[in-house]
Amino acid sequence: MSGLTIVRGKQTVAQRILGVFSKSIVNVLLAIVAVFWLVPTVGLLIASLRDSTDNSQSGWWTVFTAPAQLTLENYQNLLTNPTILGSLWNTVLIVVPATLLVIVIGALAAYAFAWVEFPGRDWLLIVVIVLLAVPVQVALIPLAQLFGAIGIFGSILGVILYHVAFGLPFAIFLLRNFFTQIPAELLEAARIDGASEWRIFLRVVFPLGLPAIASLGIFQFLWTWNDLLIALIFSDSQSQPITVAIQSQLRQFGANIDVLSSGAFISMVVPLIVFFAFQRYFVQALLAGSQK
Amino acid sequence: MSVTPAAPIEREGDRTTGRPPRSPAGRRRLLVAIAFLAPALILLGALVVYPVIYTVWRSFYSASGGEFVGGENFVTMFTDPSTFQAIRNNFIWVVVAPIACTALGLVFAVLLDKIKWATAFKLIIFMPMAISMLAAGVIFRTVFQENPNIGVVNAAIVAVQDVFGDSSAYPGARERPETGVTSAEGAISGENPVAVGETQNFPLIGIRQGDVPDTARQAEEAPSAQRGEITGTVWLDVVRGGGGTNGQIDEGKQGLPGVTVQAIDASGEVAATAETQPNGTYELTGLQDGEYTVILPAANFTATVGGVSWLGPSLINFVVIASYIWIWAGFAMIMIASGLSALDRSLQEAARVDGANEWQVFRRITAPLLMPVIIVVFVTLIINVLKIFDLVYVIPPGESKPAANVIAVEMWNVSFGGGNNQGLGSALAILLLVLVLPSMIINVRRFRQERQR
Repeated sequence: MSGLTIVRGKQTVAQRILGVFSKSIVNVLLAIVAVFWLVPTVGLLIASLRDSTDNSQSGWWTVFTAPAQLTLENYQNLLTNPTILGSLWNTVLIVVPATLLVIVIGALAAYAFAWVEFPGRDWLLIVVIVLLAVPVQVALIPLAQLFGAIGIFGSILGVILYHVAFGLPFAIFLLRNFFTQIPAELLEAARIDGASEWRIFLRVVFPLGLPAIASLGIFQFLWTWNDLLIALIFSDSQSQPITVAIQSQLRQFGANIDVLSSGAFISMVVPLIVFFAFQRYFVQALLAGSQK
Repeated sequence: MSVTPAAPIEREGDRTTGRPPRSPAGRRRLLVAIAFLAPALILLGALVVYPVIYTVWRSFYSASGGEFVGGENFVTMFTDPSTFQAIRNNFIWVVVAPIACTALGLVFAVLLDKIKWATAFKLIIFMPMAISMLAAGVIFRTVFQENPNIGVVNAAIVAVQDVFGDSSAYPGARERPETGVTSAEGAISGENPVAVGETQNFPLIGIRQGDVPDTARQAEEAPSAQRGEITGTVWLDVVRGGGGTNGQIDEGKQGLPGVTVQAIDASGEVAATAETQPNGTYELTGLQDGEYTVILPAANFTATVGGVSWLGPSLINFVVIASYIWIWAGFAMIMIASGLSALDRSLQEAARVDGANEWQVFRRITAPLLMPVIIVVFVTLIINVLKIFDLVYVIPPGESKPAANVIAVEMWNVSFGGGNNQGLGSALAILLLVLVLPSMIINVRRFRQERQR
């Protein structure tokens, strides 16, 4: 560090000016990029706060000179619309069980893969790793038939099961990797004390694995909340989540911009809160090798 | 990336795996394992493994499933124009999107070090990862709307055009009939070819006064053509307030500046290009002796003022891929930035002390050290791009849907969205599966290497 300071001291005035100059160029450049990245979202947010007449006659950017246009009308309409409210509730009914089930079932399996000896364990684990990359599209046709045969096609249960099944390989992979890092002494000590495997799982591994479980939970939550494809096929008008309800308005894009913009924002609120609150865990889940 | 510490692995290694358990303890462990694994294995077996096998089997059967058709669905897949377009578009996606996302992510991650508001920047770029592709689709469909009152991109383009008014376009312009000028495919041309040294005039009508730039002056006769020249005037053949003779340059008729004029030779090649002056005159120079047709290309008259139709069939792939980059560049940035923060900085500092400039430091030290992370990001993005559905389903309006088609959307179309051909749908799903096979192999190999270590 001290060597570094000496070198810095030796910099010529020209070098220092160049350094300041390039630093400000980087600042300006990244500021422009940030604006570019923000404008689409900000634009839609403002559009959602203007009524449909304003939106059809002038651009959202005119609010900066005429802020009187801003209104909560679209949101009031949306939140008194039974279809939208119903679909928001459906999203919750799908996402919460799907996330909890993936965590519980995945953690149980991950524990067995990490800490219980049984024949064929490595092979079974390789099967799970292979399943990690299976595209959800591959199961659409057979599961539509299967769910139809057992009478859960078009129901919330069908959508949940689909999400759980395709969330499990990643859940098992992520949690197993984390569980194997728990010091063996802790488990041995519990075993010597006569604790059952179930008790070890519940009292030792699950609590110690909470950071990984949080990562998995956030990831699965966002994944399920934001899904369109599976719900598009496996839900009906009674069980459709918010994403499907919004996409059904897309046909008349220009005329429906008020519904679409406010609807999109309502569907974004919860994921954004979850994202900002638990960003660290989400990043960890991505770093753990999201090949989904 | 799945850091597996040495200790537990070694412990596992010296126990027996693979052999059937003979001891009561071994049998008990097997029962425990079954109990813990059962829910996961039942769900995976019934809802993932069985469907994969069924889909493979189904892909060899006809639309309704009654008849074995062998490889016919796979032949259809590559010969049917609609499916083939989807496969081709997927190819474009795989080539463009992962490279663009990774490159942007790398640039952002490296530059992040140099700013004080790095956390805020990261949040802004990374935020799109949290929202649904449906919401992102709505956002970008708005951004690229053709109507400049809604689409911010076209609003910006129109604003720029207004500032640089001389890049003039005269939408709706047409020739004054019976003045020796004709039009075809949007371009306006002289009815007959003219010889070098002659004049070709273009009296035009149908131009709104608002489209005539302020720089326009009274139209004038072009100076007579010299050797190798063709000259003429392009003017608005209307006198404001009425009067004048059709096809004549009268007092009060304005020249049209900034119109591109081309001389086309007998073989159809462009021999010379010129632009009109404020008084509407042009001079095509450097021509060989002979006869040329003088044309005003269609580009002069296409309506750019209304905005570019980004969501039209020709630009739609660009728009959808741009929105994908908007979402996933943040992913690449976060992954590469965390790889960067794990690097030992002393090497870079040492190189700087030795007089290496920033580019050399990046090129020779940072980039090679980051390579493993970059490859992981790149492969993840390729797999993700192969399966792209939501954005392509949401952004293109009806008329552009065929041009933007990709495999996953086509799979939905043929099997659920009205096509009702589950044989072809299964074949498309299998194509997706085959395309991600390499990543499965990579995953398994990486896992095995970790075990051996």
